[in-house]
Amino acid sequence: MTGIGSGASVTLAGLEKKYDRVAAVDGISLDIRSGEFLTLLGPSGSGKTSTLMMIAGFETPTAGDIAIDGRSVVAMPPYRRNIGMVFQNYALFPHLTVEENVGFPLKQRGVPKAERARLVAEALQLVHLPGYGARYPRQLSGGQQQRVAVARAVVFKPRLLLMDEPLGALDKQLRENLQLEMRRLHADLGITFIYVTHDQEEALTMSDRIAVMNDGKVAQVGSPEDLYDRPSNRFVAGFIGESNFLPAIVRGIEDDVVTAECDGALIRAICPGRPASGETVTLTTRPERLRFADSAWTATTPQNRLSVTVTEAVFAGERCRYMLQAGDGTSMVLKEPSSAAIRRRAVGERAEISWSVADTILV
Amino acid sequence: MTEIAQSQSIPLPLASERALRFDWRKAVPLALAAPLIVYMLVFYALPVLAMLLRSVNDPSWTLSHYATLFGDVVFAKTFWITISTSVTVTLGCLVLAYPVALGLVRARRMAPLILVIILLPFWTSVLVRSYAWMVLLGRHGLINEALLALGMIDRPVRILNTPIATQIAMIHILLPYMILPIANALRQIDPSLLRAASGLGATPWMTFRQVILPLSMSGVIAGTLLTFVLALGFYITPAMVGGPRDITLSMLIAQQVDQLNWAYAATLSAVLLATALAILAVARRLPGVGNAFRTSLR
Amino acid sequence: MLARVAPASVVGLILLFLAFPVIVVVVVSFSSATYLTFPPPAFGLKWYEAYFSNPDWLKPTWVSLWVASAVVVLSTTLGTVAALGMARLPRSLRVVATGLILSPLIVPGIVVAIGIYYAYSRYGLVGTPIAMVMAHTCLAVPFVVTSVTASLAGIDPRLEQASLNLGATPSATFWQVTLPLIRPGVLVGALFAFITSFDELIVALFISGSGAVTLPRRMWDDLRFQIDPTIAAVSTLTIVLTVLLMGLAHVLRKHAERQVSQP
Repeated sequence: MTGIGSGASVTLAGLEKKYDRVAAVDGISLDIRSGEFLTLLGPSGSGKTSTLMMIAGFETPTAGDIAIDGRSVVAMPPYRRNIGMVFQNYALFPHLTVEENVGFPLKQRGVPKAERARLVAEALQLVHLPGYGARYPRQLSGGQQQRVAVARAVVFKPRLLLMDEPLGALDKQLRENLQLEMRRLHADLGITFIYVTHDQEEALTMSDRIAVMNDGKVAQVGSPEDLYDRPSNRFVAGFIGESNFLPAIVRGIEDDVVTAECDGALIRAICPGRPASGETVTLTTRPERLRFADSAWTATTPQNRLSVTVTEAVFAGERCRYMLQAGDGTSMVLKEPSSAAIRRRAVGERAEISWSVADTILV
Repeated sequence: MTEIAQSQSIPLPLASERALRFDWRKAVPLALAAPLIVYMLVFYALPVLAMLLRSVNDPSWTLSHYATLFGDVVFAKTFWITISTSVTVTLGCLVLAYPVALGLVRARRMAPLILVIILLPFWTSVLVRSYAWMVLLGRHGLINEALLALGMIDRPVRILNTPIATQIAMIHILLPYMILPIANALRQIDPSLLRAASGLGATPWMTFRQVILPLSMSGVIAGTLLTFVLALGFYITPAMVGGPRDITLSMLIAQQVDQLNWAYAATLSAVLLATALAILAVARRLPGVGNAFRTSLR
Repeated sequence: MLARVAPASVVGLILLFLAFPVIVVVVVSFSSATYLTFPPPAFGLKWYEAYFSNPDWLKPTWVSLWVASAVVVLSTTLGTVAALGMARLPRSLRVVATGLILSPLIVPGIVVAIGIYYAYSRYGLVGTPIAMVMAHTCLAVPFVVTSVTASLAGIDPRLEQASLNLGATPSATFWQVTLPLIRPGVLVGALFAFITSFDELIVALFISGSGAVTLPRRMWDDLRFQIDPTIAAVSTLTIVLTVLLMGLAHVLRKHAERQVSQP
C-alpha cells in the first residue's frame, strides 16, 4: 500500500472512561499503524464511539493515555489536535454554503482567500462534487451531504481521519457504493483512518484491520481474514459472520490440533491454547464451509464428519440455507450455493456433513 | 496517490499552554447569566419584595395587616367581585375557545387565516382593545345603534360602565390565551386514533366525547388556569369599561397606593400574588398541564 | 366530522367577535364626526391631522419610541447573553434563574408596577425616561430569553463539536457558528421587546410622572378626562405598527425553521 509514512500513528494505552461505577471504556490498548484503515467494530454500548470521542478530544479519559505520532494528546483540547472527523449526521453548518463549510477549517488556520478557494475546489473534486460550492446543505441529498462532510474533514490535510458511523443514515445501495469510495479515498490519501461501525459486513469490506469491541474492551484485533477464519473467542465468532457452535469434550491434543468428542463423533479443531483432557469446550465453524458428504466434490484437506438430520430448508436467492440437527440436539446451519447442478435436500432427510479441520476453531 | 497526500498538513496557529488549563466550561455560563440576574434583582425583584415586605413590616414586624383583612368588608367585596368576574370570564372563554381551537387545528386551507384573526387582536395592546369596547358599547356605539335600528329598544341602553361590559371585554382579550393551549393539545392527538375509532364504529360525536375531549384535557386545564390567573390581575380593562362601583382587587390596590396606604396595598398585593402563584403551582403538578403551560407561554 | 361539533358558522361568529373590535377602531379613526359613534356618518382624515399636528400627542409618541428603542438594546443584550449562559448552567441553578427571569410574565402587572414605584420613588426616579427604560427592560427580557433559548435548543450540538474539531476555538465557535444560528431568535426577541415597551401602560401609569409621559399613558389620561376620536387614530397607528413588527417576527421564525431543516 502506498502512502505509508504520511499518516499518523495512534497509540491507545490503558484507556478508560468511567461514569460513576459504569465503565463505557474499560482498559483499551491498541496500536494503530501509520496509514492503516482500522475499524472499531462492536454492538451499541461496546465503547467504540466513546473511544473515538476521546481520540477526538470531546471526552476526557478517566485513565490511560492517547498518543498521536508519539506525542500524548490527552491534555490537548479538540481544536488543537488537527484531526479530521466525519460525524454520523454529517454536522454540516446549515447557515454556510458548501464552499464555506469546506473552507471553514482553512479559515481557522489563516489560509488566505485565494488559496482557500483552490483547496476547497480540490477537496470537492476528490469527493466527486465539483461545482457544488454555492449550494446550502439543506439542498443536498444525504449521500451528497456525507461527501461534503468528508471533503471538509480532509481539506486541511490531516494525518488522521476519524469517522463515526458515517454511512448509518443511508440506504443499502448508497451505503455499498460509498463504502467502495471510502476505500478508494483511503488509498488516494494515504492517511490513517479510524472508522467506527456496528455493521460487520461494512468492517470486513473496508478495513485493513478490525478491532472488535465488546463491553468496553477489545475482544480481538486483526485483519478481516484473521477475524473471520480464526476468531479467538466466542463473541468474535458470533459477531462476525455466522457461526455454528458445537459443544464437545476434549479427548486429546497434538501440536495445534485438538481432538474432541461431539455427539459420538471425533472432531478435530485448530486450537491455540492447551485445554485439559475431559474439559468441555466449544468448537466453531462457518456455515458455508460445511458440505454434504455425498455431493460431487473431492476433499483435499483433512476433514471432520458428522451425521445430521435436515430440519429446515430455505432457498435464499444466491444460496440455500439448511438447518441441521445432530444426534445430541445441537443445531447447525449449512449454506451452499444454489445451482441446478446441486441437489436440494428435503426436510427430514438424514445426511453426513463434512468440513475441513482447518476451518474448525476452538474458542 | 494524489497531490493532496503529498503536500504537508496545514498547521494550526500556536497558542499558550496556560490558557488551555483553565476550565472555562464551568465558570463561563455563570458569568454570562449573572449580569441579567443581578439586573433583575436590583430593578425588579428586590423592589417588589421590598414593597411586599411592607405588609408585615409596618411600622414594625407584625401580622396585623393580614388579620384586619379578614374582617375588612371592602376587601371581601372586592375579592368577591374579582373572583366571580374571573370565573365568569374564564368559563365564557372556555365555551368560545374550544370550537375555535378545533377549527384552527382541523382547517387546512384556512388555518393560516384563522391564526391571523386570533393573533392580530392578541398582539394589539390591551389599552387599544379596551378602548375598542368603549366605542362599541357606548351610548352611540354599534350595539346600541344596531338594537335601535332593529327596533328592540327605544333609547340607548347603558352597557358601558357595567359589569357586563367588563366581562365581555375581558373575554375578548383573554380568548387567545384559552385558544392556543387547547389548539396545541388538539394538534398533538394522533390522527390515526380518530380513524381507528371511526373504524371501530364510533359516531363523530362519540369520537369527540371519548377520544378527542379527554386527550385535549391537559390543554383545556392549562388554558383555563392561565386565563383565570390573568383575569385575577386585570387592571386596565375593568378600570376603563367597568362600572365606577365595580372595583377589582387590582383597582383597589392602585387606589390605596394613590392614597399612600402602602401597608394595605402591600397586603392586598401579597394576597393577589399568593393566589396567582398557588393556582400556577397546582397547575404545574397536574400531568401534562405543566408542559402545555410551557409551550403556550412562548 | 368537524361540522357536528363545531359548525363553521359558530367558529366564524366567534372569529368575528375576535376581529371586530379592532376593525371598529380602525373605521372610527376615519370618521369625521366629533363624537364616538359607530358606524360613522362620514369619513375623513380629521383625527389623523389632529394627532400629527398636536405636540401634546407627538411628544409622548417620541418618548415611547425612544424608550422602546433603548429597551430593545438593553434587553436584547442582557437577555441573549443570559440565555447563552443559562443553557449550560447545572439544572438546579438554571431552574432558579429561569424562574426569576420569567416571573414578570406571571406576577400580576399591578403588583410589579407598585413594587417598582415603591422603590424607584425612594430614589427620585419617578418621571425620568431612564427609569422607564430600566423598568421596561425587566418586562421585556422574558421574551428575549425565551426566544433565544428556543433558538439555541434547535441547534444540533454536534455542530459545536464539529467546529471545535475543525480548529475553531470556543470563542471562534461562538462568533462563527452559534451566533449566526441564533440570530433569528435574537431578532424575534428584540421585536417583542419593542412592542412590550411601546404598549406598556400599568408601570408607566405609576412612574411616568410628568417627565416621562409615554404614549399609552397619554391615551389613558385622554380617556379618563375626555373622549375624542383622536385616540382612534392613535390606536390605529399603533395597531399598524404592532402588526408590522409581529408579522416580521413571524416571518423570521418561519425562515429560521426552514434554514435548519434536514432534507
